[in-house]
Amino acid sequence: MLFAFVPLALFCVAQQPPTPSPAPQAPAPPPPRFVVVLDGAHGGDDTGAHIDRGQLEKNANLALNTRLRSLLSARGIQVVTTRESDTSVDLNRRAEIANHANAAACLSLHASESGSGIHLFASSIAPTQPTRFIAWKTAQAPWITRSLGLAGSVNSAMSQAGFSVTLGRIPLPGIESMTCPALAIEVGPQRDSDHKITAEPDNPDYQARVAAALAAALLEWRSDPTRTESRQP
Amino acid sequence: MIPRYQKILLVALLIASLGMGFKLWQLRERAHKRLLAGETTAPTKAPDVAPAEQATLIAANDLDNSLVPQVHSLPLPADPGARARAVLGKLLDLYAAPDATHPVSGGAASVAQVFLLPVPGSTTTQASGDQLAVVNLTGSFAASHPSGLEAESLTVLSICATIHANLPNVTEVRFLVDGQQRPTLAGHADLTRTYLTADAAPSEGNRQ
Repeated sequence: MLFAFVPLALFCVAQQPPTPSPAPQAPAPPPPRFVVVLDGAHGGDDTGAHIDRGQLEKNANLALNTRLRSLLSARGIQVVTTRESDTSVDLNRRAEIANHANAAACLSLHASESGSGIHLFASSIAPTQPTRFIAWKTAQAPWITRSLGLAGSVNSAMSQAGFSVTLGRIPLPGIESMTCPALAIEVGPQRDSDHKITAEPDNPDYQARVAAALAAALLEWRSDPTRTESRQP
Repeated sequence: MIPRYQKILLVALLIASLGMGFKLWQLRERAHKRLLAGETTAPTKAPDVAPAEQATLIAANDLDNSLVPQVHSLPLPADPGARARAVLGKLLDLYAAPDATHPVSGGAASVAQVFLLPVPGSTTTQASGDQLAVVNLTGSFAASHPSGLEAESLTVLSICATIHANLPNVTEVRFLVDGQQRPTLAGHADLTRTYLTADAAPSEGNRQ
């Protein structure tokens, strides 16, 4: 009698609907890396421009580089720098560092005694379609469109922060070997309506406001929908 | 007793000395006459100065990063190379003025030479007469030039655009400093490359 129930029990078990087990879900894709490369221009024997009171451009660039790196790191953005001290770094080496980082934005930081406000420059080389092999000296060409998009974000943030901004496209030897959206940002003196200088490029308060505006621009760039598709042209 | 051959030699030397003295006196007289005659051929009229013509200078402005055309009247030589040098000299004189919008010291003397050459390359460009201008700047100009991406780029682009505005056949420009190739003008603007004048067209800048 007992043996008659065993097959029946097994049959009933087999007929029971399967218990609703949690459906296997694909693992959530990791958020795309958002790496920013900061390139404090000049350094070492290459002093760059002489700005006010005998200060050197290389030092002002490094100071802005350090401020901006801190702000971005505090916002969870991974930062790679081409130099952390007063050392000479070759232009090709700077491009190598940027290209290995597979960065979402590359900013070359400069300072100047001439002009006024913030000068934004993208490379003047003509944009091209991406190819399997890219010439080193024109590696930026497939990224030019994205670099101009980044310039738009920086321009917008800088203008909102009250800076006067000029845009231009010029030959930029180091940047033209970078495979990322790349800009040269030159901090000129802040001037009033009479063109008198109210803050020099190495002024700490001025640099802090510039760094904050740049950090805001990069946060905006991180959320830009066209940015993610630009990671690999 | 003096030998006879020595007497003959002495007489010959004496005659030669007298002859040379006479010839020297003749040459002196001839030179004196030539000097007196030269006074009459001295220039009495100043050389003709090239007539003044309209030249377009593409002047830079640091405050808005712009290149703006300006028309000036200045004497322009007929030779294209000298013409380019004269135009660039005027442009750099503007930059050396106290109220310049793009202050750079040096002035006209900063352009040592401008050489015009056929554009190296295909036969089509040679047939169209395209030219390469090689601008030789002085070392003192480069040494005193303000350093910066904007300042240096504006100088280079305004030179390229000014040459093209006055010599439309010039499509490419290269730079030398004291006759040598130099990596940058003052630490930023690349002087090793060939600049296309079409890329240096004037713009109104983009100040926000």
